[in-house]
Amino acid sequence: MKTKIAIIGGGPAGLAAAIAAKEAGVEEVLIIERDRVLGGILNQCIHNGFGLHTFKEELTGPEYAARFIEKAKELNVEALLNTIVIDISRDKVITAMSAEKGVFTIEAEAIVLAMGCRERPRGALNTPGYRPAGIYSAGTAQRYVNIEGKMPGHDVVILGSGDIGLIMARRMTLEGAKVHAVAELMPYSGGLKRNIVQCLDDFDIPLKLSTTVVDIAGKDRVESVTLAKVDAKNKPIPGTEEIIKCDTLLLSCGLLPENELSSQMGVDLSPITGGPRVDESLETDIDGVFACGNVLHVHDLVDYVSKEATEAGEHAAEFVKGASKRDSEAAIGIETGNGVRYTVPVCIRKSRLRDLLTVRFRVGNVYKDPEICVYLGDKCIQRRKKQICAPGEMEQVILKKTDIEAMNSGETIRIAIENESK
Amino acid sequence: MKVNTVIIGAGVVGSSIARELSRFDVSIAVLERASDVCEGTSKANSGIVHAGFDAVPGTKKAYFNVRGSKKMEALSKELDFAYRRNGSIVLSFNKEDRPKLEELLKRGEANGVEGLKILSGDEIRKMEPNISDEVVEALYAPTGGIVCPFNLTIAMAENASVNGAKFFFNTEVTGIEKTSEGFKITTNGEEFLADTVINAAGVYADRIHNMVCSDKIKITARKGEYCLYDKKVGGTVSSTIFQLPGAYGKGVLVTPTVHGNLLIGPTATDTEDKEAVNTTAVGLDSLQATGGKSIKAVPFRSVITSFAGLRAHPEGDDFIIGESTVPGFFDAAGIESPGLSAAPAIGEFLAGEVAKKLSAKEKSDFKAARKGIPNVALASPEEKQRLVKENPMYANVICRCELVTEGEIVDAIKRPLGATTLDGVKRRTRAGMGRCQAGFCSPKTLEILARELNVPIESLTKHGPGSEFLSPHKSV
Amino acid sequence: METRHLTCIGCPMGCQLTVTFEPGNRDSVKVTGNTCKRGELYAIDEVTNPTRTVTGTVRLKNRHMKVAPVKTKTPVPKDKIFDVAEAMMKIELEAPVRIGDIACADVCGTGSDLVVTGNID
Repeated sequence: MKTKIAIIGGGPAGLAAAIAAKEAGVEEVLIIERDRVLGGILNQCIHNGFGLHTFKEELTGPEYAARFIEKAKELNVEALLNTIVIDISRDKVITAMSAEKGVFTIEAEAIVLAMGCRERPRGALNTPGYRPAGIYSAGTAQRYVNIEGKMPGHDVVILGSGDIGLIMARRMTLEGAKVHAVAELMPYSGGLKRNIVQCLDDFDIPLKLSTTVVDIAGKDRVESVTLAKVDAKNKPIPGTEEIIKCDTLLLSCGLLPENELSSQMGVDLSPITGGPRVDESLETDIDGVFACGNVLHVHDLVDYVSKEATEAGEHAAEFVKGASKRDSEAAIGIETGNGVRYTVPVCIRKSRLRDLLTVRFRVGNVYKDPEICVYLGDKCIQRRKKQICAPGEMEQVILKKTDIEAMNSGETIRIAIENESK
Repeated sequence: MKVNTVIIGAGVVGSSIARELSRFDVSIAVLERASDVCEGTSKANSGIVHAGFDAVPGTKKAYFNVRGSKKMEALSKELDFAYRRNGSIVLSFNKEDRPKLEELLKRGEANGVEGLKILSGDEIRKMEPNISDEVVEALYAPTGGIVCPFNLTIAMAENASVNGAKFFFNTEVTGIEKTSEGFKITTNGEEFLADTVINAAGVYADRIHNMVCSDKIKITARKGEYCLYDKKVGGTVSSTIFQLPGAYGKGVLVTPTVHGNLLIGPTATDTEDKEAVNTTAVGLDSLQATGGKSIKAVPFRSVITSFAGLRAHPEGDDFIIGESTVPGFFDAAGIESPGLSAAPAIGEFLAGEVAKKLSAKEKSDFKAARKGIPNVALASPEEKQRLVKENPMYANVICRCELVTEGEIVDAIKRPLGATTLDGVKRRTRAGMGRCQAGFCSPKTLEILARELNVPIESLTKHGPGSEFLSPHKSV
Repeated sequence: METRHLTCIGCPMGCQLTVTFEPGNRDSVKVTGNTCKRGELYAIDEVTNPTRTVTGTVRLKNRHMKVAPVKTKTPVPKDKIFDVAEAMMKIELEAPVRIGDIACADVCGTGSDLVVTGNID
């Protein structure tokens, strides 16, 4: 089959991209989704707190997803469900497979990558110990509790204070489990403050910072885990061990963009984000292949995913309408200055800029009272005071087209954290 | 139950013996204390088919290794399991160690290993560009190979089952008594009467042997820890890379697996606890260091899991194979490395001995061939199309990392000696063995297991009773 | 006068707030440690009338006892969280359910309805 824009993944990013592309006037927009429903991970995120930016009200995950699904339906976005993409070629031929259609191909003029991310498993942490039942990533446990209606355990320790881990601490508690502790390797939590207060403090669940799991006991089912404090290099400190009897260990130790398909097709990936390196139009190094949402870089708020994906959908629409080929125009690089781990996008082509461009980034450490600075060449054009910047919260700066146009050739853009209080 | 032969243990050795003995007109009961085949040492090892240059000529290790290794390729075709002859390389980091390399070469030649040669550091780096610059020389053995240890074991057990061998899982032998007619074997369940007994009980082979024989043996559990790396670094080396023993500790190898991952291990520490399959911080750290000597850089950020296995180390350093001092009681004990390579030959030999003892004849209806579970991930587009047409479940991907479909999982459950646990499905299909380590697929796999076995999902386990995953919400 | 220590949830800063107040008297609340107005407002609510939206699941008896997501339509008093969670465990619905369906009116006498938050066919 053929389509104008194929969108890989029907989660929040894919849905927003599809809607934006349709609204920009593209007739054929096709979402390919491996699950039997649209909405992606939002369907199991039944807690509230979604949509404050997008809808100015607090929704739960399924409610937030439903609004986009309904909108997509209204606009007649086509969706192939229960369909897995197994390959994408550089010339944008998608090979997919479904029970209904068997193995088949889709030729697309543009592709939006919106495959999301997955959780870092225990294996990747290389935690020593036994390998019994009772070790789950927080998201897997969330699925068991919120979709299947099953309990993955009753006496719980959580490693990692990412938001899913915090949310699951509360969820398991409300289902009658005892959550003994949340251990966090870093000296600060990667989760939102609101979640620490409402998911841990409300239920007197201790958050143990600079702490990790150094052993897992139990041959068949988890029987206990051993926690220990870590030093500044994240190495366990002998003598600080604490054994906690439990039957379950949940892991919330980070999310990894799921770019197997992107890497198979040869998209240039950033070693820092694990996602594609994109330009101002969220276009990867392959013409007509765009990326958005958690497959591009891991977000903390779905509202930002929707916003970014809307941009990707619009750019994909411009691409298929022939308006915005990159040709041979040289790109202006965006450099990461002090404290900035990465930026999205990584480069800009002047001719394709809209009036305003949002550059999203994350910092590498906790900074108090810093200034977020933007340099064009040597000239600092923005200096914004913040109370705090933390790795857990995505930051952004807005660049003006007029400023970029005034840059001399050969100059680059740099974003940096300056003047933080020690 | 009364049978001609009881085989104790359904690891790679027990399964091989069962398969070879099922060629004969012999009733066989295989007793396994775990819930599935391949639950002990056979599931946690290097997956190497050793060429056979390491074992001392004249030992049982040497004989069975070389013979097993030579049988492996044909067996892999007959029983449809993954095997590849990728070659082995032994690295030397020191010119003075030349005699040690030559000693290995000589041993290998004495054992009948073909094609061995010593190559210079540059020659070896031409073959394996990621080998360390410190390497000065190396022994190359083109006949070394790699195999899927799970499917080797499962294939032999399945084939034995198809040919009439009965498998009893969750069945632990608690006593063996020599009677006038043969042997009485008591277990945690049923009692068995047998004319002959074959002891293939892995790290517990001493306990089983010593129940019957007055000449006691001792098997020490020797822990080996491993790190497994993502397929994206699976091409770091193409051959199996050993280090010259003594150079930097012993025996840490770097190898691709037959499924395309990179594997580094094992460590070697003796342990009193024969259940201690836990990994340790010390062990895992040492792997990075020792493995790191062989290759330019260990891709430690790409580790996807670590695990430990226990080798059954015999006191006398050699395999204990054959009829014991008690007539009718046979041992396959102390089968440490190169046990996986040797298993097909051990099975052939012991089956022959037992058949002779029982004066059993070969069956005319023995089915030698076995067809494995289709592998959708590796199938050509046409082959995929055909599979999906035959059964649409072959299009429903359950494990997205390894591209394992519902059809394959149902196959794994429905076939002879089918999977009943999550680990059982994993070993048969690779669902959950990929980079997300079952985070995504385990809820779906459990759902399929519950449906196909028609049991409540709460009763399903990782690897048998006690390893249940789920319980109902408080409200139920 | 009572004194409580709170962490502000207004932003990632997480200001440590010290709140002194006479129980039951909203005008008596004094907040220190905050660096902006939001901290003060949060603290006043937290010590006079803390509320939470409670989310969870209820069973679907015709779907193999799988579950449907629900929430309290408005925030309920914080000390009712466990009562509401317990109440959810006893509720059984029949699929299909739609977002907004009332799973339980005036749950635990909070004045808030428990409503379905997911469409399940």
